[in-house]
Amino acid sequence: MLKKTSPPLFSLLALTVSLLGATFSASAKEQTLNIYSYRQAFLIKPLIKAFEEETNISVKIIFSKKGLLQRLIAEGENSPADVVLTADINRMAEFEAQGLLQPVDSAILRSNIPAQYRHPDDLWFGLTMRARAVYAHKTRVAPGELTTYEDLAKPHMKGRVCTRSGKHPYNISLLASVIAARGSENAETWLRGLKDNLARRPQGNDRAQVKAIFQGECDVSLGNSYYFGKMLTNEKKPEQKQWAAAVNIVFPNQGDRGTHVNVSAAGIVKSSKKVKQAQQLLEFLASPKTQALFAAVNFEYPLKSGVKLHPIVSSWGTFKADDTNLSKIVDNHEEATRMMDRVNFDH
Amino acid sequence: MGTLSIGLVVALPILWVISLAFAPSGDIWTHLLETILGQLVGTTLLLMTGVGIGTFVIGTATAWIVTMCRFPGQKIFQWALLIPMAVPAYVIAYVYTDLFEYAGPVQGVIRDLGGYTLRREYWFPEIRSLGGAISMMTLVLYPYVYLLARTAFLGQSLSVLEASRTLGHGPWKSFFKVALPLARPAIAVGVSLVMMETLNDFGTVDFFAVATFTTAIFDVWLNMNSPAGASQLASVLLTFVIVLVALERFQRRQQKFHQTSTTSKPIVGFQLSPLAATGAFAVCALPVLLGFVLPAVILGNYALSFYQETLEAAYWSFTANSLLLSAFAAVITIVLGIFLAYSLRLGRARWLNIVTRLAALGYAIPGAILAIGILMFLGFLDNTINGVTKSLFGFSSGLIFSGTVLAVTFAYVVRFLSLSFGAAESGLAKITPSMDGAARTLGAGPAATLRRVHLPMLKSSIMTAALLVFVDCMKELPMTTILRPFDFETLATFVHQYASDELLPEASLAALTIVGTGIIPVILLSMTISKSNMSTSAETTS
Repeated sequence: MLKKTSPPLFSLLALTVSLLGATFSASAKEQTLNIYSYRQAFLIKPLIKAFEEETNISVKIIFSKKGLLQRLIAEGENSPADVVLTADINRMAEFEAQGLLQPVDSAILRSNIPAQYRHPDDLWFGLTMRARAVYAHKTRVAPGELTTYEDLAKPHMKGRVCTRSGKHPYNISLLASVIAARGSENAETWLRGLKDNLARRPQGNDRAQVKAIFQGECDVSLGNSYYFGKMLTNEKKPEQKQWAAAVNIVFPNQGDRGTHVNVSAAGIVKSSKKVKQAQQLLEFLASPKTQALFAAVNFEYPLKSGVKLHPIVSSWGTFKADDTNLSKIVDNHEEATRMMDRVNFDH
Repeated sequence: MGTLSIGLVVALPILWVISLAFAPSGDIWTHLLETILGQLVGTTLLLMTGVGIGTFVIGTATAWIVTMCRFPGQKIFQWALLIPMAVPAYVIAYVYTDLFEYAGPVQGVIRDLGGYTLRREYWFPEIRSLGGAISMMTLVLYPYVYLLARTAFLGQSLSVLEASRTLGHGPWKSFFKVALPLARPAIAVGVSLVMMETLNDFGTVDFFAVATFTTAIFDVWLNMNSPAGASQLASVLLTFVIVLVALERFQRRQQKFHQTSTTSKPIVGFQLSPLAATGAFAVCALPVLLGFVLPAVILGNYALSFYQETLEAAYWSFTANSLLLSAFAAVITIVLGIFLAYSLRLGRARWLNIVTRLAALGYAIPGAILAIGILMFLGFLDNTINGVTKSLFGFSSGLIFSGTVLAVTFAYVVRFLSLSFGAAESGLAKITPSMDGAARTLGAGPAATLRRVHLPMLKSSIMTAALLVFVDCMKELPMTTILRPFDFETLATFVHQYASDELLPEASLAALTIVGTGIIPVILLSMTISKSNMSTSAETTS
């Protein structure tokens, strides 16, 4: 039945398949490297371009905020992916847990990336670092009034704190670091205190919180360090410069464990057939020149020591980072997510 | 045989998602039950009810007004009322947040005028809230109801309405006693589409930090790292939708909606008094203004300062990708939908019925979760083929389907088949079986009957479904993102890359293009509907 419609449909399908097959086999002949990336393409394109120019290896990217892990699992042995890039450590840990990464034996990577920011068996390597900082209004928050994450939950902050959703990976990671440092019970008490101090229901992104401080809705907010640089240099939206000008960036807990940090990271896929080129890419990303560029693109901190910071980033001064092993953050990730539910943080 | 294989291929990814649910998920359910599950269900039901009622009222009222009343601008509203459906919900949410949040211009003016300095000194609704989410989704989803209600109103035999007026019913009473009950199946389909879209929305509720069942699915999947738990939640959602749809069908099980009359005169319509015409104008203008004009102006304004970012990023290739992919997927989806619906009409085998209904469930599963089902299905297929070629011919065929444009197209078909199947099925149901009998008696085979008798009568239902599928594909995000080939960008994925970081202005030109390209099929469709109603004498009535 329906003979009339079937043939053109199926010939169209056949045509598509053969076209795709042709492009696939053609591209396989060149030197290519395929990346599955949880980082936005527009943030890594400049670096990739530099890599392509230097090495004659062409790089292809798929960017997605979710699902790439499941895609790699489903594709199995034949997956075209060679390298995985993630914007935080928890995502990378999931690839590791599924046995999808292979160790990289590279003296360059080991010497450029400090031990606490790479996997003990070299399955993944951190590339850049950002701090979960606190933004405080220049005049409404007195100097010394807020120096720790713990201060955010104290009574004098009542009705003065803004933050994005507790379920956002950045806040989950921060909570995981508090759990790692002070235990589950204390962390939950802290989280309840923080919730009680909120000026408004959690909403918007990190930038929106600074905007709210500027407009007088709250006095302090949680935010990643790079947003400060992005706002300060936003020529197209000059109002963001005003928002940023209204606040100071505070690196909490300098007197004790240090400020919570997270890293963007890279690893080589176990089934990759282009290990050599993939390693080349990782070493390129960890090289002093690229580290400087990488960090500057997004106002992050390079992990290779001695690399020059972006002048704006260096103007914030040096800070002590919480050196709790990143694996502790990963271990407490699920507990942190559940704690957000128990405290009903977003409501 | 063809029907079964097509039905199975489309149903398999859905079954894969359901099968995932049988893996253990630890104590996630206990955790959710003890913490936020009740609240999630409550919020989700409120959201669905709010959007359901909102879209029903706006969609039905505007459809009735532009179909039955004569007033200035009525011809333009006929198609303009459809345009907001081309606006992705998260885009409109972003635009209105910028406008109405505490730090936005509207509240700024209020503070200046009232001399306020603090938030607590005056009252203003919070845009990032459940109410905000309901408003945003209502504004872009009401066209689904409008579209189906209008098609139904146009198809209603005028003689029925004339009879109603002869019996002394005025316009209001005719609407409530005759037109509305007759259009109920179509409106019910529209509202259920809206509710499924609402249930599956992630972008808007995530942006507004309104926790719903869908955000919980993603939370369990990504933050608690349990795809099994996520698919269990998704299966619960699926069951809920099935029950809802079944209830509605059961409630009107005794009503038959075959056509009884073949005469169809153009509707004359009520000539409105100036006052009533002003009211009608306002009712129709408001949704278009809020759902399209205002957001488009704001996006256009952003685009003026940020068009370079979009143009530099190979804008034309994204546009081409979006258009080709959406059109291709729409054609396939429509063909398959008609094929399945017609097969069901021809043979009444029970298993066929089950497979077909299963295949049409894709719309009720959140896109990203369905994408996992598709990944697993295609991965399985590819690796099986690979194993066979390896053992038989000694070479590796690699991945044939995974990560291709074909995979994305397939995903669209799986997700949106229910739209074309539903339209074809309800369209066919209105054609009395005696037509088939007559055609067959005259010597036409099933295919010829479909082509020469059914398809011409189905034209407006098919066009409606094609528009829905096309516009939905243009906006589709999660499946495209997860399944796409390397370096492949559509307008939607490009927009979201920026919008997810609240940088929508940088991608405003692309967002505006999604809306703009939606307008063309909207106008085409509207013209087809009006024309087919004027000219074909065999147009169906309810």
